[in-house]
Amino acid sequence: MKKEKVVGLEGSFAVSEAVRMANADVIAAYPITPQTHIVERLSEMVAEGELDAEFICVESEHSAMSACVGASAGGARVFTCTAGQGLELMHEVLYIPSSMRLPVVAVVANRALSAPLSVWCDHSDMMAVRDIGWIQMLAENNQQAFDLTLCAFRIAEDNEVLFPTMVHIDGFHLSHVIEDMRLPDAEEVAGFIPDYKHPFALDPDKPVSMGCYGPPFIYPETKRAQEVAFEKVMPKILETWKVFGDRFGRYYAPVEKYRMGDAKIALLTMGSYSETAMLAIDELRAKGEDVGLIRLRLWRPFPFKEFREAVKGVEVLVVLDRCVSFGMGGPVCSEVKSALYDQQKKPHVVGFIGGLGGRDIPIEGFEYMIQSALEKVKAIERGEEVETEMIGIRE
Amino acid sequence: MIEICIYGRGGQGGVTLAELVAHAAILEGKHAQSMPSFGPERRGAPVLAFLRVDETERIKVRAEIKEPDVLLVLDPGLLGVGDVVSRLKKEGMAILNTIKSHEEMKTKIEANKMATVDAMGIARAVLGLPIVNTTMIGALVKATGIVKLASLEAPMEERFGKVAAKNIAAMRKAYEETVVS
Repeated sequence: MKKEKVVGLEGSFAVSEAVRMANADVIAAYPITPQTHIVERLSEMVAEGELDAEFICVESEHSAMSACVGASAGGARVFTCTAGQGLELMHEVLYIPSSMRLPVVAVVANRALSAPLSVWCDHSDMMAVRDIGWIQMLAENNQQAFDLTLCAFRIAEDNEVLFPTMVHIDGFHLSHVIEDMRLPDAEEVAGFIPDYKHPFALDPDKPVSMGCYGPPFIYPETKRAQEVAFEKVMPKILETWKVFGDRFGRYYAPVEKYRMGDAKIALLTMGSYSETAMLAIDELRAKGEDVGLIRLRLWRPFPFKEFREAVKGVEVLVVLDRCVSFGMGGPVCSEVKSALYDQQKKPHVVGFIGGLGGRDIPIEGFEYMIQSALEKVKAIERGEEVETEMIGIRE
Repeated sequence: MIEICIYGRGGQGGVTLAELVAHAAILEGKHAQSMPSFGPERRGAPVLAFLRVDETERIKVRAEIKEPDVLLVLDPGLLGVGDVVSRLKKEGMAILNTIKSHEEMKTKIEANKMATVDAMGIARAVLGLPIVNTTMIGALVKATGIVKLASLEAPMEERFGKVAAKNIAAMRKAYEETVVS
């Protein structure tokens, strides 16, 4: 029988528990709302001797990631966390672990970007780091925040992966919410996270150079090698989630479906609003409408195969973005469209932008998007151009 | 599912109140969710917190509570601010911290059901501090039975350590003194 207990935990503390149970060696992080409670709890765990790790107090997020790079190159199990502007300040250094194959694990409490200053949640920060070569996945509740953080260590540190991994938890909606979840026994977790040894860690007896100068005669080959290695990540993610599911009873997939059987209309969401969207789907199904929900659990690598499989038979796909790509619409919507471009049969894709800077989306908001999308499809079929609509805007 | 809005001012402990009751409910095997509505986190500024408790189903909704079943107001001065009372469901219950009589509040505030207690008086007497959150938990439990009074002891001990006993005493006193009708 599985040993676990039901606890009430804030999302931030759930993440901290996962890092403790994964037995991280080095933590370097700078506090920023809404991620602060993760850092506070971890520093407390280290101070109290509950976690035998080196906690490096850094002066900025740029330094945090720099310290993580150094520690990871030394072969340590490394964790950091940040949010919003903090992730942006870290941005320059984020490319280093992905191209040097250093499996740093980071949790990002998704937050909007300035200006105007906002501490509240949207996905602007995570979209700004989608091209940096990190694995990116999203949690929808505190249980998943815990589970995916654990899985991130096992995925990142697999010697056939060795890529840094980011787990996204929506700021406040998960980071500051207390809810019931199942906390497994520490021994069970220890059995899930294998001992880690980086194959080429810094070692005075076997000196190596890392992050060397890359003139034109070698730079493209290094990028090709990185791309080829990144293409091999997906099977390892699937394998880890399978092993996790078999051990703990909760299974994850790159694309997850809700009431999609025979659905002609599908709503696509990412992150903490997905469960609220499920309630909207329930209400529409009760009215006899053929609607379902598709959630992207994995954002990088983009799950092309699983996504195309999920939308088979769908006629209208409604995509919610919590970020604006100025002059372009929503980044998730444009990515979804490009994933479908080569398909013979594909749904109409209608994009909406909502939930920016912490703006609430009630259940009716999702129902509105679906109804409004059907109207927009009629306009598209008449040959009219349809713009991405920003929902709930006072004009 | 019971949905509760907690209105207070920064420093009064409204968010902590929601968290403590959520913990108590989870300890009883119920599903619960406490969610702050983060605004300017200043002492004295109006603060809103949300609490949902469900006996059987996991709570999926993460949107703000627009029409609560229960409205709990920590600061009497907030009753005149914005749409505090108008949000309450028709069949809902208002739980108020007030020095005024229950009858007087019944004539002033339109609510199907009401619970009143002089939480400030109890907090000052028992805690020696004008912080009414744990006191108002006593009123909430009396008025709604959402959790057992005893279920709050462990969460309070974990949260407050040495001063937990005083907070538990304040909660119990408010439970006895709260008038519900």
